[in-house]
Amino acid sequence: MDLTMFMQQMVNGFSLGSMYALIAIGYTMVYGVLRLINFAHGDIMMVGGFLGYFGIAVLDLPFGAAVLLAIVGSALLGMASDRIAYRPLRSAPKISLLITAIGVSFFLENAFNVFFGGVPRAFPVPAYLENVVDFMSLTMPVSAIIVPIITAFLLAIILWVLYKTKYGMAIRALAFDVGTVNLMGIDANRIITLVFGMGSALAAVGGIFWAVNYPSVEPMMGVLVGLKAFAAAVVGGIGSVGGAVLGGLIIGFTEVVVIAFFPELGGYKDAFAFIFLILILLFKPTGILGIDFEKSRF
Amino acid sequence: MIKKEQWLKFTFIVITLWFIWFANTHFDEYTVRILNNIAIFVILAVSYNLINGVTGQFSLEPNGFVAIGAYTAALLLVSPEAKQYQYAIVDPYPFVLTLHANFVVALLLGGAFAATLAAILSFPVFRVRGDYLAIVTLGFGFIIKILAINHPEVTNGSLGLNDIPEFSNLYWTGGIAMIAVIVVLNIINSKFGRAMKAVRDDEDAAIAMGVNTFKAKTLAFCTSAFFEGVGGGLLAALLTSISPDLFDFFFTFQLLIIIVLGGLGSTTGAIIGTVLVMGGSEWMRFLDEPMKLFGYETHGMPGMRMVVFSLILIFIMLFAREGIMGKKELTDVLKFRKKGGK
Repeated sequence: MDLTMFMQQMVNGFSLGSMYALIAIGYTMVYGVLRLINFAHGDIMMVGGFLGYFGIAVLDLPFGAAVLLAIVGSALLGMASDRIAYRPLRSAPKISLLITAIGVSFFLENAFNVFFGGVPRAFPVPAYLENVVDFMSLTMPVSAIIVPIITAFLLAIILWVLYKTKYGMAIRALAFDVGTVNLMGIDANRIITLVFGMGSALAAVGGIFWAVNYPSVEPMMGVLVGLKAFAAAVVGGIGSVGGAVLGGLIIGFTEVVVIAFFPELGGYKDAFAFIFLILILLFKPTGILGIDFEKSRF
Repeated sequence: MIKKEQWLKFTFIVITLWFIWFANTHFDEYTVRILNNIAIFVILAVSYNLINGVTGQFSLEPNGFVAIGAYTAALLLVSPEAKQYQYAIVDPYPFVLTLHANFVVALLLGGAFAATLAAILSFPVFRVRGDYLAIVTLGFGFIIKILAINHPEVTNGSLGLNDIPEFSNLYWTGGIAMIAVIVVLNIINSKFGRAMKAVRDDEDAAIAMGVNTFKAKTLAFCTSAFFEGVGGGLLAALLTSISPDLFDFFFTFQLLIIIVLGGLGSTTGAIIGTVLVMGGSEWMRFLDEPMKLFGYETHGMPGMRMVVFSLILIFIMLFAREGIMGKKELTDVLKFRKKGGK
């Protein structure tokens, strides 16, 4: 294990972590306003990957236009899932919401499974993303550099919306106290729709990145990624956007680095996120940058 | 009043035993196999309902406990000679080959292992509540599956174990299902059962009234794990081959839909839900046959049936959150006694 190899793994970890971070932001924002673990979020990411695939392979769009199609389509799907499945349950017990979310998740997975088959489809990655760049004796594809840059850019946009606009203020107010927000004349449902749209758009970008990295899409690809991204959101501190990014990077790095240093642990790659999650919940349930929701409401 | 309940219990036992005998002697093999499936899932659903519906701790790990029971039973039931040729990935540990026991011991050991694990897990799991509990238990179920894949010396990895002797028949499955229902009902109607319901309705109030909520939750968790382990053993001896893929989240999803449809918290509902869902999925098999839809050849398990099931689950939650029975039991419907509260 020399320095070059180590740096190479760092770049890979950063790229994977950025992907988890993009998906974790959606989890954390929805949890902030609804106190709901949106089980279907990972599947929205899957739909984003599929839309990108259809945009390129079926509609023959350029890569950028396909990404845009995926973003818009996933955002609409996220908003629709809230409108159809979650909004009627605003006053219901939390467990009902969670069961519904599990139902939506299974519906998306199996509907795609039925219509497009469970066989992975090769994702047509544009050539300029696969070009290998030599950078300070490191070799990496362009996509490994572009992913963190785009993630940072999107994160900047999200933070700007959250902290510099009226809508962002409404979102933060909603996360703080739902009852009072309604008294202040804010339409809570519109804000929740906005949150679902933003989160789903980010998930779609994450899905495209995923499809570019492992050049394939399949109906079940969102399940594990979604759960890991949720674990990332909890590790960073649910309800905090910065925490989601931090948690995503931690889990991404762990996965890449542990496999690089201890190849014999390869079979447990998918378990790290859960072990992290369980440890965090045992010792610091609010996460690293977390907000204590139980306390903030009283 | 109590006398009537005793009569009801007695009648239930007699009718169940008669039905098992009748089914075994009069029905064809296919129907008996479905009934076997239903009986096993009654065990699983009733015990899953004890922790999810009665105690209100929304956990998602039954697939893990069922896997433990199934693997324990399989390792004990397959004879050492038959085991020798199964391990294709790596050579098994020597002690794995020497394991052998009869059916009852295998089932009980499977249940005991699952219950022991539940007792250990209850310490971390019950430190959290609500959604977090769901995710943590989901994680544990997932980790158990990963362990099964990554220890081919014991489990033969992703290939699974085959040639398990087919011990499960309707006398075993139906009889154990009956015992499970009676045990769970007795627990619900005992002091502990009332503590469990108190935890579900308002945990903080229960703590304030001096209920040991941790004890109530752990008891529910271990009981449900025990029966899930036993059910897993029966399942292994019915299917005659098991692999880690059998015990993924989809398995939990099936149980979840059963208890939600029947009504969270109702044992009667869990039984009705099992019959509807398992019978319904047999009846809906035609949906999974290859057919042309919008020019695509549909194929694959679990295909169209799962789409229908997930839609059913969403619809129940949106329009009939109580399910079929709500929190009521058969005795409440027959008005044998007035119950205080829910």
